[in-house]
Amino acid sequence: MTDKTTTSVDQATVRSRRLRTAFAALGMLPVLVLLAAGFQFINPRFLTETNLLIVTQQSSINIVLAAGMTFVILTGGIDLSVGSILAASAMVAVIVSLVPDWGLLGVPAAILVGLGFGLINGLLVAYIRLPPFIVTLGSLTAVRGIARLLGQDTTVFNSDLPFDFIGNGSLFGIPWLVIIALSVVVLSWLVLKRSVLGTWIYAVGGNAEAARLTGIKVPLVLLFVYGVSGLLAGLGGAMSAARLYAANGLQLGQSYELDAIAAVILGGTSFVGGVGSIWGTLIGGLIIAVLSNGLILAGVSDIWQYIIKGLVIIVAVALDRYRLQAGART
Amino acid sequence: MSATAQMSAIRQPVLEMRHISKTFGAVRALHDVSLSVHAGELHALMGENGAGKSTLMKVLSGAYRPDAGGEILIDGAPAMTGDPIKARAAGIAVIYQELSLAPNLTVAQNIFLGNEPRRFGIVDREQCSRRASEIVGRLGVSFSARALVSSLSLGERQLVEIARALSTNARIIVMDEPTTSLTSRETDRLFEVIATLKAQGIAIIYISHRMEEVYQLADRVSVLRDSGYVGTLERADLNASRLVSMMVGRDLSAFYKKDHRPPDGKRTVALSVRGMSDGRLLKNCSFDLYHGEVLALAGLVGSGRTELARLIFGADRRSAGTLELDGKPISIGSPREALDAGIAYLTEDRKELGLFLDMSISDNISMGVLGRDARTGGFRDFTIADKRAAKAIADLSIRTGSAQANAGSLSGGNQQKVLLARLLETKPKVVILDEPTRGVDVGAKSEIYRLIDNLANSGIAILMISSELPEVIGVADRVLVMRDGAIAGEVTASGGDPLRQEAIMELATGAAQG
Repeated sequence: MTDKTTTSVDQATVRSRRLRTAFAALGMLPVLVLLAAGFQFINPRFLTETNLLIVTQQSSINIVLAAGMTFVILTGGIDLSVGSILAASAMVAVIVSLVPDWGLLGVPAAILVGLGFGLINGLLVAYIRLPPFIVTLGSLTAVRGIARLLGQDTTVFNSDLPFDFIGNGSLFGIPWLVIIALSVVVLSWLVLKRSVLGTWIYAVGGNAEAARLTGIKVPLVLLFVYGVSGLLAGLGGAMSAARLYAANGLQLGQSYELDAIAAVILGGTSFVGGVGSIWGTLIGGLIIAVLSNGLILAGVSDIWQYIIKGLVIIVAVALDRYRLQAGART
Repeated sequence: MSATAQMSAIRQPVLEMRHISKTFGAVRALHDVSLSVHAGELHALMGENGAGKSTLMKVLSGAYRPDAGGEILIDGAPAMTGDPIKARAAGIAVIYQELSLAPNLTVAQNIFLGNEPRRFGIVDREQCSRRASEIVGRLGVSFSARALVSSLSLGERQLVEIARALSTNARIIVMDEPTTSLTSRETDRLFEVIATLKAQGIAIIYISHRMEEVYQLADRVSVLRDSGYVGTLERADLNASRLVSMMVGRDLSAFYKKDHRPPDGKRTVALSVRGMSDGRLLKNCSFDLYHGEVLALAGLVGSGRTELARLIFGADRRSAGTLELDGKPISIGSPREALDAGIAYLTEDRKELGLFLDMSISDNISMGVLGRDARTGGFRDFTIADKRAAKAIADLSIRTGSAQANAGSLSGGNQQKVLLARLLETKPKVVILDEPTRGVDVGAKSEIYRLIDNLANSGIAILMISSELPEVIGVADRVLVMRDGAIAGEVTASGGDPLRQEAIMELATGAAQG
């Protein structure tokens, strides 16, 4: 009799587990679809090709940042510095683009600068063992200062940007920005789900001490994720510069880190680490873009857009809590 | 009846716990335990780890409510159970092993923490320090009530805890292993304070594993075993061998398995540990571990067994000590290096330190060897991982629907088998198992014993930490006993005599010296 009860309890557990897994896998896709349908109902211009291209283009930079953020949050960390790194990298991209004949090097230069800042974050978190929040809060401010310093606190322009196709061109009708963002997502998926390093990332986020005792070099994994986040912020800087033909150390990338974090959390990645997926982040980023675009088309004022987006972030975190509670470990 | 019974009838006990049982779900933590304590008496409570002492004290302090039928009488009157505040008001105070003082506050502030004397709703500092000085004076201690707790030694902090208990007019004070972290001088001071308390008519329940202390202090000793009450000895009847046999007296179950041939004269040393110290608890631990043997590391909780294992495995930093594996010196600074050398470690805390609960069984099993399995470019080889998982699930009979299920969905015994499978995938020469059957059901236990036996048979050297003496006796070829961070001695089965539980317990508690 006891056996029977146990089995039925197990079955119930398995069923609810499956349900939760399905919920986590599907994640926010239904929300995205519902939002899109809602905005289409309010304004039929929403689901037009032109507008959808605008939405995906607008979301592309945030999705690139959010992809890096996914790596970091999967280890249970956070990277608040991506907006500032993006600004500094964009400055570098434009400044290097002004060098005659070598202008194209602006893109790799931006990426390297981003990687450099990311590795500094990673060293402080992994080897000095400072809390990620504090380290990246510091670099949020410090790198912002560096970004302003790079252009003597002015806006740098290059109307003849050699890599402007990235920001404004397209391939077979698909904007380069979108192609880059999707490539980043696919590459991230390959690393996270198909490589040894990816499994280590999930392991470190799930249980860092167990990972260490299993022989995983936890500091190297942490260094890698902050490096990736910085590198992708650098790429985001190049994308941003290519789109605007300009960069401004003070204004560019302000509070981008918040949108990136919101996309990751909306995508179902757990804030404590170990659980989540890059596809969720993609959907989360799209939800934020659809929300911004749809609210504009619906004629909602700028002020209310802020309020609604803020509430969405809170609801997202509430969902994260709910998921964790529902998934309470036995 | 005896003289004691008559005496009890005349002198009413200040505290009586009657027929206390406590179950958590299906687990019986206490079964029909009764205990009485008189004013001015020190009543020692003894028993193996997990015998139920702490649970009984938690019932007393109101942290747990006893099952129906149990009652607590104070001065002969039934007291409310399951309410910490009422218990404190009734004069019960518990001093736990982990002190709960705020180091940045003064002694006086700590004594009245949460219970500050007030005037007009504001903390009355003057009264606070006056009453604190009075209580501290009553204990006859050397520090001032104005001293910061952070400036006090561990022993002095313990006295602050006692002062705090006195401030609430406690008449029954429970001390849970109070001398564990004290120096011998601090211990003497504590004993003086205990004598003062007794003279003032305060009843003390004293939990300790140490025979000497119990001999020195106790008026009576009660023993718990396997969640039940075994008996009470009067001071006049105290005797080490009797106490030990009361604590361990269990039958050996039949399900232990020891078929591997214990290494004989030609045995070869696998791991040689010399002078291991961590600068805190562990002092100069040395021993040899042979190929094909199961060496048990026994001792009480806090004696340093896990600390020693973690030091060997490179999980913690050591301050001194060397290792030799198969006669060659090795240097191990991290778990990675230990695993590469062929030393594997099974943690005692599988959920906190072992498993990745949100990851699949397959991932959990392969986690230690992902790098070795990887294809070019660092990509996972899922075919190998799934083969490993399927083989482990079959070999160790891990009960699960799928290798892709989360490790968190498994029962305790199956989770333990997953960890064992992971450990074996690293092809170790030396295996350290820390409480391999903790929280595991009987069926899985015997499977784990069979596995240990097979490993020893294949020549692997096994160091097994266990708090369960029957398990130690049933599985090990040899037993090292630790006490206070040092290796207290070795128990061997000589001349056809089996390993003796009493010998182990005597070493673990220090009874052999007393």
